[in-house]
Amino acid sequence: MTFVRRYLPPILLLAALIGLWELYVDLKGPSFSLILPSPHQVAKSLYTDRSLLWSSFGVTAREVVLGILVACAAGLLLAIAIHFSHAFRRAAYPLVIGSQAVPVVILAPVLAFWLGFGILPKLVVVALVSFFSVVVTTLAGLASVDPEMLKLMRTFDSPRLRTFWHVELPAALPGVFTGAKIAVAVSVIGAVFAEWNGSNSGLGYLILVSIPQLLSARAMAAVVILSLFAIALFGLLTLAERLALPWAYQPRGEGSP
Amino acid sequence: MPAEGATSDVIEAPEKEPRDVHGVGGVAVESVTRVFKTRRDDVTALAGMSLRARPSEVVAVVGPSGCGKSTLLELICGLQRPDAGAIQSEPAALMPQRDLLLPWLGALDNACLALRARGTGRDAARRQAEPWLERFGLRGFERSRPAQLSGGMRQRVSFLRTLLAGKPVLALDEPFASLDAITRQEMQGWLGHVLELEPRTVVLVTHDVEEAVVLADRVVVMSPRPGHTVAELEIDLARPRRATDPAVVTLRQRALEALGVRA
Repeated sequence: MTFVRRYLPPILLLAALIGLWELYVDLKGPSFSLILPSPHQVAKSLYTDRSLLWSSFGVTAREVVLGILVACAAGLLLAIAIHFSHAFRRAAYPLVIGSQAVPVVILAPVLAFWLGFGILPKLVVVALVSFFSVVVTTLAGLASVDPEMLKLMRTFDSPRLRTFWHVELPAALPGVFTGAKIAVAVSVIGAVFAEWNGSNSGLGYLILVSIPQLLSARAMAAVVILSLFAIALFGLLTLAERLALPWAYQPRGEGSP
Repeated sequence: MPAEGATSDVIEAPEKEPRDVHGVGGVAVESVTRVFKTRRDDVTALAGMSLRARPSEVVAVVGPSGCGKSTLLELICGLQRPDAGAIQSEPAALMPQRDLLLPWLGALDNACLALRARGTGRDAARRQAEPWLERFGLRGFERSRPAQLSGGMRQRVSFLRTLLAGKPVLALDEPFASLDAITRQEMQGWLGHVLELEPRTVVLVTHDVEEAVVLADRVVVMSPRPGHTVAELEIDLARPRRATDPAVVTLRQRALEALGVRA
């Protein structure tokens, strides 16, 4: 009963959307499916092109996962630096925000020129589009520490760095996970765009070469895989957070602030 | 006793960083004024406030809300400096009103925090804190995180954390205000017992007059803001005291009258 109540609504909604899509493409006629393939064509491509899709997925997944890890490390370090120095906050924050407005399509060719055709420029792009949310949520975590707690540490004669280590840094860790979860979707898009410049593998590359060949079903199959990957990655990050920071999930007892 | 005059460490509205205020035993607050400057106007929290706590004496400070009680404790702990007057105090550790335990640490590691803040290693700090946890009735809860502890237990861990800071003066800021009536009464009895075993100079801020009379050697009654002392009551009664003892009731009544409450 609970199983039905839990899973039936999403399944019904998805089935309805796919049905409408199928109907729309059928009504538009066969030539339209070269622009927008119907769901059954996509499903067919998922099966017939499975080995190609799978090997391309491996390339893109590696770029995304490593890129997010780089973004987490860079975002955490930057947030700590901003947290500690007002001058650095004023100097760096506008640049950090400005960096988010740089279109990846402009940047990717330059990175390919600098860093070659390997995984490195892709990591830079994924990290660049992902690190901002990590910085913002980590800063929120660092700032969430009760000022009374900092006063308490001062009456314990705690040096600034030790207070940071024992009190502020652990409080900021959930922010790193939150930032990474927010970044999952854009990091996938970032990886696709990065592959459009100077690469010969990956799902983004596959999309790029499939569209001019009118293999739009294959391109759409790659998109489906990217979406499923983003959902799975979000779920994995949630799971990892629960394992790494179980306290952040526990309901607070009565009488606590 | 060292030469008192030579080591006196009187703070007189300096512009320097706050520092440890060593000096003669106990706490001496002499006509202290503290003004908070806001954009609109100046708020005088304390005006000519005086208070003394002899070594190992428990002094309770009662007063209406917003009379500057918490400011007084922060001054004693060296977290703020007075704008006028002088404060002499042995090093003091604060116990905040809310427990402020770290949600990611178990009870034992939370109790160790003051030791860790001084640079003690984790294992050494745990060895030092462990016997205390048992004496505080927290055995079996060493690894329980704050969310798994009751309000009274959390407050005991918080008190232990402040006690283990090893400072001669404890500044307790309404330690039991967040607890329900029954737990609060239990905790008052418990604190009285602990202070008999482990005497410290205590400045206990509370708005609960009964708590003040049950626990303290002396009760200082403060005026509404700007706060200053309006009355001092010596509580020369044997311990343990109960709230229903006639002498306690009488003194409680006198404290309430000093606060301006008519029975």
